Amino acid sequence: MSITEILLFMVSCILTHNFIFNRFLGCCPFLGVSSKVETSVSMGLAVTFVMTIASLFCWLIYNLLLIPLELTYMNTIAFILVIAALVQFVEMFLKKSSPTLYSALGIYLPLITTNCAVLGVATLNMNNNYGLLQSVLNGTFSALGFLLAIVLMAGVRERLESSKIPACMKGFPITLVSAGLMAVAFMGFSGLV
Amino acid sequence: MSEKKSVGTVFFNGIIPENPTFRLVLGTCPTLAVTTSVLNGLGMGAAATFVLVCSNIAISLLRKFIPDQVRIPAFIVVICTFVTMVQLLMKAFLPALDESLGIFIPLIVVNCIILARAEAFASKNGPVLSAADGLGMGIGFTLALTLMGAIRELIGNGSVFGFNLLGASYEPMLLIVLASGGFLTFGLLMGLVNLAVKKFESKHAKKEAQAA
Repeated sequence: MSITEILLFMVSCILTHNFIFNRFLGCCPFLGVSSKVETSVSMGLAVTFVMTIASLFCWLIYNLLLIPLELTYMNTIAFILVIAALVQFVEMFLKKSSPTLYSALGIYLPLITTNCAVLGVATLNMNNNYGLLQSVLNGTFSALGFLLAIVLMAGVRERLESSKIPACMKGFPITLVSAGLMAVAFMGFSGLV
Repeated sequence: MSEKKSVGTVFFNGIIPENPTFRLVLGTCPTLAVTTSVLNGLGMGAAATFVLVCSNIAISLLRKFIPDQVRIPAFIVVICTFVTMVQLLMKAFLPALDESLGIFIPLIVVNCIILARAEAFASKNGPVLSAADGLGMGIGFTLALTLMGAIRELIGNGSVFGFNLLGASYEPMLLIVLASGGFLTFGLLMGLVNLAVKKFESKHAKKEAQAA
């Protein structure tokens, strides 16, 4: 891939095919962990980290193990096991090597196993027949799109807390409606690439 | 088990009082993504219900054999097996539905509803109760998805189940079937459900106060 292609791919992953606003992947943490800007940044970074490594390992497992053994129908099981093992491994590694980062990401790391964005990106890479480099880039850039979305949302939610909202709309409903309006804004990027 | 729960209460619990979509807010990704038409919502709901019932039964049968420390990976493998079955069956018999649900079929594995029910219910209760719980939760999920699908298809396309209801003069509001419409419809519906539950509860409280 040339540099231009990579840049275009980046814009496409972050803005036009944003994981939250366009593909609906990773909505649970997006709604669950977006109440404060700081925590949402930590969550976004943890997801970026795991999605990049997961794309790499799932590509390797799929292309070097499942295809030669003709076990491609086992992809979902293989991917989820790889992701669960990776998350566990990353957690142990961070605990030893960088306690500050570990305490910052702490509780969010185990949650990432059930984040559908991670399994989603592995499956998307497989369905689109991406090569190794493109898979890893897809993982990183899509995760950056997720980071952008969750941080923006956290900013909006911090403002929402001090505004007058009908009782029945408090919490999740108003968050969803604001997310809807943000998705309208993101639709504006659709002609970009 | 010290307290006996009846199969009926467990079953109905998932449909309204603890509706996974509107009350527990679990499994939001498929709720938002696949409800662009009634049929998609119904298909997704049915697939998830099948996985929920089967995995609940299997996990409750295995609950005495699975060591506590590795229970989450064990649950995921069980769930994953059933998801792969659904995926292959759907590809063979309903290729059109498989096409439109796409990536969200394998993603049933990470649907929080299923893991949450395995952890919170099936790992503590017998197979019959767990099956009832899975069926109730599944139907609650399916109802929510179908409702969302119907609203979005009606407003965004002027039809329900592919039948045109609003006539040719209706200008479809495309926004609703696009990504943003999913968030908007879901948020507004959840607000309505909250309002209805609150009304119901205050009525109930008043009745109890009158009786006392």
